[in-house]
Amino acid sequence: MTAVKAPAPEQQAGGGLVTAVKGRLQQLLAFASLLVIYAFFSFASPYFFSYGNFTAILFSTVVIGTLAIGTTFVIIAGGIDLSIGTGMALCAVMSGVFLTKLGLPLALGVPAAILFGGLMGLINGINVALLKIPPFIATLAMMLVAEGLALVLSDSAPIYFNNVPGYTDISTGNLIPGVEFPNAVLILLAVALMAGLLLTKSVLGRYTYSIGSNEEATALSGIDVRRWKIAIYCFAGLFIGLAGVMISARLGSAQPATGMGYELQAIAAVVIGGTSLSGGKGSIVGTLIGALIISVLNNGLQIMSIPQEWQNVILGCVILVAVYTDRIRKKEA
Amino acid sequence: MTGVATMTKPLLEVEGVNKSFPGVRALRDMRLELRAGEVLALVGENGAGKSTLMKLLSGIHVPDSGTFRLAGQDYRPQGPREALELGISIIHQEFNLVPHLTVAQNIFIGREPRRLRMMLDEGRLNAGTRTLLERLRLPLDPRAVVGTLTVANQQMVEIAKALSYEPKVLIMDEPTAALNDAEVATLHELIRRFVRPDTGVIYISHRMEEIRRIADRVTVIRDGEYVGTREIASASTPEVISLMVGRAINTEARPENVRPGRETVLTATGLSTKALLKDVSFDLRRGEILGFAGLMGAGRTETARALVGADRLDAGTITVHGRQARIGNPADAARLGIGYLSEDRKRYGLLLEQDVQANVVLAALRDQFTTGGFVQDGAARARAKEYVDTLRIKTPSLDQTTKHLSGGNQQKVVIAKWLAKDCDILIFDEPTRGIDVGAKEEIYTLLNELAGQGKSIIMISSELPEILRMSHRVVVMSEGRVTHVLDSDEATQENIMHYATLRPDENPADAAELGLDKAGQS
Repeated sequence: MTAVKAPAPEQQAGGGLVTAVKGRLQQLLAFASLLVIYAFFSFASPYFFSYGNFTAILFSTVVIGTLAIGTTFVIIAGGIDLSIGTGMALCAVMSGVFLTKLGLPLALGVPAAILFGGLMGLINGINVALLKIPPFIATLAMMLVAEGLALVLSDSAPIYFNNVPGYTDISTGNLIPGVEFPNAVLILLAVALMAGLLLTKSVLGRYTYSIGSNEEATALSGIDVRRWKIAIYCFAGLFIGLAGVMISARLGSAQPATGMGYELQAIAAVVIGGTSLSGGKGSIVGTLIGALIISVLNNGLQIMSIPQEWQNVILGCVILVAVYTDRIRKKEA
Repeated sequence: MTGVATMTKPLLEVEGVNKSFPGVRALRDMRLELRAGEVLALVGENGAGKSTLMKLLSGIHVPDSGTFRLAGQDYRPQGPREALELGISIIHQEFNLVPHLTVAQNIFIGREPRRLRMMLDEGRLNAGTRTLLERLRLPLDPRAVVGTLTVANQQMVEIAKALSYEPKVLIMDEPTAALNDAEVATLHELIRRFVRPDTGVIYISHRMEEIRRIADRVTVIRDGEYVGTREIASASTPEVISLMVGRAINTEARPENVRPGRETVLTATGLSTKALLKDVSFDLRRGEILGFAGLMGAGRTETARALVGADRLDAGTITVHGRQARIGNPADAARLGIGYLSEDRKRYGLLLEQDVQANVVLAALRDQFTTGGFVQDGAARARAKEYVDTLRIKTPSLDQTTKHLSGGNQQKVVIAKWLAKDCDILIFDEPTRGIDVGAKEEIYTLLNELAGQGKSIIMISSELPEILRMSHRVVVMSEGRVTHVLDSDEATQENIMHYATLRPDENPADAAELGLDKAGQS
């Protein structure tokens, strides 16, 4: 056997820098398109470009953004989570149950609702990692279970938080005195920072990438892939819980039937942000940009009085363009 | 000289065929002649070029130069479809069957009888299949779902499918790999019925026994080149084997026998799996390179996977450093210091999209490079740098994505991963596959260095020269069993091939020979 000549090392010199730039390219592209869209609406409508509308856009990003951050972990690990939308509604209902029906104090009830999301994630993780049910099916089942449970536990009626002082402040209050900047956005930024740190610096994050890159190689490297997959789904579940708290705090009520559809918006945000659905690649910054693009589009189109139906058409096209450019970029790399 | 067969004119001629793939010369001036009315056996080691030749004949690849002639006519298929239409049917080692479809649907896939152009005519399909199966005297139900059939019957479906094209030439690649003796006999009968004065069969196999029973002549190829053709009746098995292995061996470069006083670090006793392994036992000593030789499917990789808990053992015990080990998964094996380097680095060894550093520290990440759940990037970097230097990994930086490295350097990254994990038992599965010549030498040097440092190495290889050059002892496997363990001074290519082609399961003569060193004398 004569053998292949290896690529000369000189050809690869400077490859480190090139890879570094290429790795960030999708994020840069996404960020550039966010700016372009923002600039477009600023010129197209006199009402778009203002501080008030800026914070409004950020505020409307919170729920999708929170869900998308958790889902980013799952998708980078090569999985998918369809249960986040109705799961969020269930966690909102649970928050209502803990705070109004059981009368728990805020400092207990809110963490309990978030942990309930973690429990859902744990069950998803067990179904996927131990019972080997494909993630799509396992979380589809959880999506239906959560939708039903939310209605059962709330008797199909909204639960109002009128008697829970301070609950809506979690979302709409202003922690920074004298500045109109909603707490919800601060919370989103804080969890995004934490998630970004965990994804890039922690063992959990490193294994998330490893499992998504090559699950078999990771397992053969002596890493208990099943355990870490459960941990990843469970961790992502905490974000379902948090989103449930955030949406109910914003509305002042837990709406048991509102969750469906959020999962697809969140997955769209993740994908627009450059995370690969085949796993192994992605970032929290990208996901945040993806979520912002969706919000800016929704907000701008609304301000321009374009009907809701058309907004979805445009969002669908944006997803196609985003994923297609990602494909082209990968082919060139 | 066996009767009519030799009198007739050539049916298929291969002349001066060359084929290169990027960086590899797969076939060089290949020749072959199949006569009408004969069964021609084609033999050669793994990688000799048999599969490439098949792919050219079936039109999957196009030769760089040279000619094929089928019954005197130029034969240049542009694809598998055309090859079939021109009269060459090939049964590949891997079945090309759709398990969810029925026997009839599989046989006539792509040319189903139709009604009104659009609608499938299942009635005619099944009737046609029944006629075909009756003609071939195959007791199969056209309506049976292929996935529910035994492997032997699936093989029969493949044959029926191949013969339904009424080919002039039938080529079978290792058709008996999954069959027992009775099934082999049925297959041979079918072949004999197919061979008429105007047809011929090329029968690819490793098993001399079988070749003797079915073939008229045998053609040997090696390293992509034609070596020779013999009449079966006048060729002895050792002669054919020596034609197959051929190469001169550098005996001086061989390692010494392992000293008996050395401590045993791992003992496998009676390892068995449902799928393949039967009573596999061996021991591995400190500082030893233990070669594992055998043909494809002999169970070498399966043994390795069982050792590291990647596949489930049904019986047998593994003792590591004198203690019986419970290895349920690769995590257990890693804790015991056993690292597995797969033959398929890209699939089982590397995170291709991740950088060198992430790959090197992957296995040892939690034990050594974390505090409070966070990765200590500085320490991880320093260690990765250390291995890049000591193993001479050629990479522009630690941040280079491993998919951009050459095969040899990728292999070194995987080695670094296990060294970082403090493994002292390393299982290399085809350590130099897909690695160029210069880098191969480097890997050999590295393996010797590692053994010199007291690491114990199991080296699975399909390249006999590699086995002979590197191994202190050689474990030879065949059909899921260990057929012999050779010391380096008794290991020769002929000897290894002899033990690698035994069929201990079905052949009492072979079984009786186990342990008797007979082949070396010829």
